[in-house]
Amino acid sequence: MTAAITVCEISKTFTMHLRDGIQIPVVTGVNFVVKAGECAVLGGPSGAGKSSILKMLYGNYSTDQGQILLTHYGEQVDLSKAEPRKIIELRRDTIGYVSQFLRTVPRVSALDVAAEPLTQRGEDHEIARKKAADLFSQLNLPERLWDLPPATFSGGEQQRVNIARGFITDHPVLLLDEPTASLDAKNRAVVVDLITQKKAAGVALLGIFHDEDVRTKVADRIIDVTSFAGAKAA
Amino acid sequence: MNNQPLLSVNEVSKFYGARIGCRDVSFDLYPGEVLAVVGESGSGKTTLLNCISTRLEPTSGSVMYRMRDETKRDLYQMSEAERRFLMRTDWGFVHQNPADGLRMAVSAGANVGERLMAVGDRHYGNIRETAIDWLGRVEINEDRVDDQPRAFSGGMRQRLQIARNLVTGPRLMFMDEPTGGLDVSVQARLLDLIRGLVRDLGLAAIVVTHDLAVARLLSHRMIVMKDGHVIESGLTDRVLDDPHEPYTQLLVSSILQV
Repeated sequence: MTAAITVCEISKTFTMHLRDGIQIPVVTGVNFVVKAGECAVLGGPSGAGKSSILKMLYGNYSTDQGQILLTHYGEQVDLSKAEPRKIIELRRDTIGYVSQFLRTVPRVSALDVAAEPLTQRGEDHEIARKKAADLFSQLNLPERLWDLPPATFSGGEQQRVNIARGFITDHPVLLLDEPTASLDAKNRAVVVDLITQKKAAGVALLGIFHDEDVRTKVADRIIDVTSFAGAKAA
Repeated sequence: MNNQPLLSVNEVSKFYGARIGCRDVSFDLYPGEVLAVVGESGSGKTTLLNCISTRLEPTSGSVMYRMRDETKRDLYQMSEAERRFLMRTDWGFVHQNPADGLRMAVSAGANVGERLMAVGDRHYGNIRETAIDWLGRVEINEDRVDDQPRAFSGGMRQRLQIARNLVTGPRLMFMDEPTGGLDVSVQARLLDLIRGLVRDLGLAAIVVTHDLAVARLLSHRMIVMKDGHVIESGLTDRVLDDPHEPYTQLLVSSILQV
């Protein structure tokens, strides 16, 4: 198995300029590898920096030091130093992300929200919508909602739209930020199945799961984030 | 080919006497890329947009544009006639106030058709047909084609302005607060429309806005301006989720949550 994600000595500190420039160390010296076909889980209490690590890996947080190496079209790319255009390209073709909350766009239907990562890659609109519909059925999202914009959906319904959006592509790397937080047991089981399928397809997954049952079922390995605590340096 | 910038802005500065309009601004814009320029009133956003779009000559610096024949030209070394032709065909400019970008006393169809005639189309039937097609794409009913834009609501006027700009198949759009002054529901519809058109047509765009939500929705990349300087730039969601400069942190923390 090859390393799909290699995180090497990354660290991150927030400087809060509106609070007299106080420094909030988040993590230091983060090192881990996630292999293709494996699901690694970031473990540790709230505030340990799990989400920050995921956001650095997706590029919406900057990385102060270290490297985040990903294989993109057969080449090693250091995402922590990549130009915005490169990050957009990585997101389109290499790294998928299921965020905790859905950022809705007015007037865009749930089906189109979920289909978008495929259409962005040039997939035919109808085929992409068909795939989104398949995922919605699997996730038991009521069909009457499919053509509505998700802004008014419940938390669990929005989360399922988000999951479909994240799982619809065949990105080799998938980041999951508590994808099951607002789901009931039946739909949690569906997500566990989807993750298992991704692993079988050789996708490298890195996630945060507070639900112990889900975590036990999907995790091949727990990465203890408390060992990277930024505060101990201060 | 898409690895070559469409537009390269190099150290553009504009001074109004001793006052700084904008100073030493440089960036590249690639095909299909949407760049948001944000900052509060008076930060130099519109000055910069005007300097890049040849509406205002910069005091120093250069703006290079990749023409359709792949040659790179310095916009300020071109003749006035060449620049005008570029503006009428390869570029679009969407003004905050639609009255600045439309001819209010001629019909909606003529507003769209005029740009087509500027590129040499002379067949009345074709022009009208294309105009109606474009009105439809910006969600204006065919039966309004003969009405003057002064009979239109603010949101419709803005959509008409967009149709007028897009009809010639431009590669680059400049937008100055395109949703400013519209109610939120009208804004949402317009944003969704712009987002779809930009994506489907593969347009590059520079959008000036003071609204960070508009920047988040439309742009890939953003630059933050203050007192005429670019103080922070990067991937849009990174600048908004992890702002580094004190002023950007202030802007982001000032967004009202609904």
